[in-house]
Amino acid sequence: MSDAVHSPRAIPDRLDNPFRSAVFSWEALLVLVAIAIFIVNSLASPYFLNAWSLSDLTFNFTEKALIALAMALLIISGEIDLSVAAIIALASTLMGMAVQAGVGTPGLVLIGISVGLACGAFNGAMVTGLGLPSIVVTIGTMSLFRGVSYIILGDQAYKGYPADFAFFGQGYVWWVISFELVLFLVAALVYGFVLHRTSFGRRIFAIGNNPVAAQFSGVRVGRIKFVLFCLTGLMAGIASVLITSRLGSTRPSIAQGYELEAITMVVLGGVSILGGSGTIPGVVLAAFIMGLVTFGLGLLNVPGIVMSIFIGSLLIVVIALPIVWNRLARRRPA
Amino acid sequence: MRSLAKHREVWLVVAIAALVALIAARFPGFARPGNLATVFNDTSILMILALGQMVVILTRSIDLSMAANLAFTGMAVAMINAALPGLPLPAIVLAALAIGLVLGSINGLLVWKLDMPSIVVTLGTLTIYRGATFVLSGGAWVNADQMSPAFINFQRASLLGLPVLSWIAILVIGAFWLVMTRTALGRSIYAIGVNPTASIYAGIDVGRTKFIAFCISGMVAGLAGYLWVSRYVIASVEVANGYELSIIAACVIGGVSIAGGIGSVAGAVLGALFLGIIQSALPVINVSPFWQMAISGSAIILAVVLNARGERKQGRIILRKAEAA
Repeated sequence: MSDAVHSPRAIPDRLDNPFRSAVFSWEALLVLVAIAIFIVNSLASPYFLNAWSLSDLTFNFTEKALIALAMALLIISGEIDLSVAAIIALASTLMGMAVQAGVGTPGLVLIGISVGLACGAFNGAMVTGLGLPSIVVTIGTMSLFRGVSYIILGDQAYKGYPADFAFFGQGYVWWVISFELVLFLVAALVYGFVLHRTSFGRRIFAIGNNPVAAQFSGVRVGRIKFVLFCLTGLMAGIASVLITSRLGSTRPSIAQGYELEAITMVVLGGVSILGGSGTIPGVVLAAFIMGLVTFGLGLLNVPGIVMSIFIGSLLIVVIALPIVWNRLARRRPA
Repeated sequence: MRSLAKHREVWLVVAIAALVALIAARFPGFARPGNLATVFNDTSILMILALGQMVVILTRSIDLSMAANLAFTGMAVAMINAALPGLPLPAIVLAALAIGLVLGSINGLLVWKLDMPSIVVTLGTLTIYRGATFVLSGGAWVNADQMSPAFINFQRASLLGLPVLSWIAILVIGAFWLVMTRTALGRSIYAIGVNPTASIYAGIDVGRTKFIAFCISGMVAGLAGYLWVSRYVIASVEVANGYELSIIAACVIGGVSIAGGIGSVAGAVLGALFLGIIQSALPVINVSPFWQMAISGSAIILAVVLNARGERKQGRIILRKAEAA
């Protein structure tokens, strides 16, 4: 796949200058892109630079970004979950059913989160227990989970969520800082810590780079992958609580296409789709960039479907650029 | 290995026959030859698409952009037809094939020349092609009254008792069977799926073969674009939204391994037929069409569990996961 791996690798006497490697890192590039888009947005629309506009902006991506955090770990481990949007739909539908039965807000949150967790555990059991490829399993569960929502709801919708349930998706913690944003930032810190500062995180990288070697080194590959599927389901459950609370209603078509946007965030954030490398700060930056792009284009009255052209091109260009760059660099005489 | 592969198709035929028998037990009309021919005709487009997807999956890649390609090409040819009603039909079909080919070759070039994972490339082009459909049409629809009678009626014409659409499907199936079993290209497609490294030593250009596979799936999606638009007599941005998953589902149910190298023309066709029968049977047995999604999801999961069993018997376990992503 990449020639770089096969070329003899020189082991440096000492690590790169940390400042130098930080400046030339993927994250630095993302920061530059984010700043550029921010400036373009402020020049393009007079309504952009405003505390409330910027606050609204965050609602665009926090739900998907919460899923992207867990998805990043999953993709680093070499697996993928295409069913997250369907999990949102199923969890939201079951919360809607619970509302009809008179369940209060704490019960609803509990149901949303545990449905997500259960769906994730199902995916994980299929992949690790039966040894099936995750891409096919989750294409199947994607149809299955959303399909169950369609069976329950058909062309109907659930409404009538309790008033205090609206806080999760619409509430503000302080001034313009929304609950969703705070939750996302806290989750990002937790995921960043787990991935980059714990042995569990190192094991995820080990599995993604070489699952067989990891297995022989005593890493419980199956169990860790199972946990990661559960985490992804859990985050989808949390996202379901947020989006249901924000919209105040449930249709079976809720969150359609979120899986692709979450994966785009992960890949844009510098996580290798083949597994083995990536960072949480990268994913967080990518989430902000996608939020900035879609919100900026929205202020310019660009329809959502046209925005998807930008997102799709961004995805391809961002992956293609380093490949082209490396190739050009290698062609230069050393 | 060959006898085992044959077994899988045999099992699929048995499953389909059992499904039809089950439905016919309560609604005898369903198994009438005339009705089965209708089901075949209704499934034609899915079968054509599944064959294109199969070729890509065999090379250890995946094409998520087929449905978006279909929507774009369908919109393009419908607009051509609306603007130039006098243009003869063969020109329209050629245009559909050409536009589909161009979109497919973009995927193929990115995979071949930049070594990008196909799932990322086609995830990107999926949204780009769908967005481009909107830009092309300005969000407007092309309706029946804007299409020429020849454009609409061609696939409905009856030829030897079957609609032309069915004959097109049969023709495409035959062509794929020829290419996959009787040509060097077909052999190389299987070879790079089974073992890309060995294929390189055998003199096969892996990147180029993948490129050709994406061109094939693009062309097929283009053809399906015309057929879809003229069948449902409407071209809009939402055409076939999310259909890429049904196409992959047909392949998986048909025994095409997502890890590449395993799968057959008969399997992909039968997988599509299986989904088609479920789809047309639901209204007959009086089940809400809202059940369809969950049923096909369960069918995918069941199929992949059974497929994995078959593959394990062949001792492919080391290679199984290698490039599934």
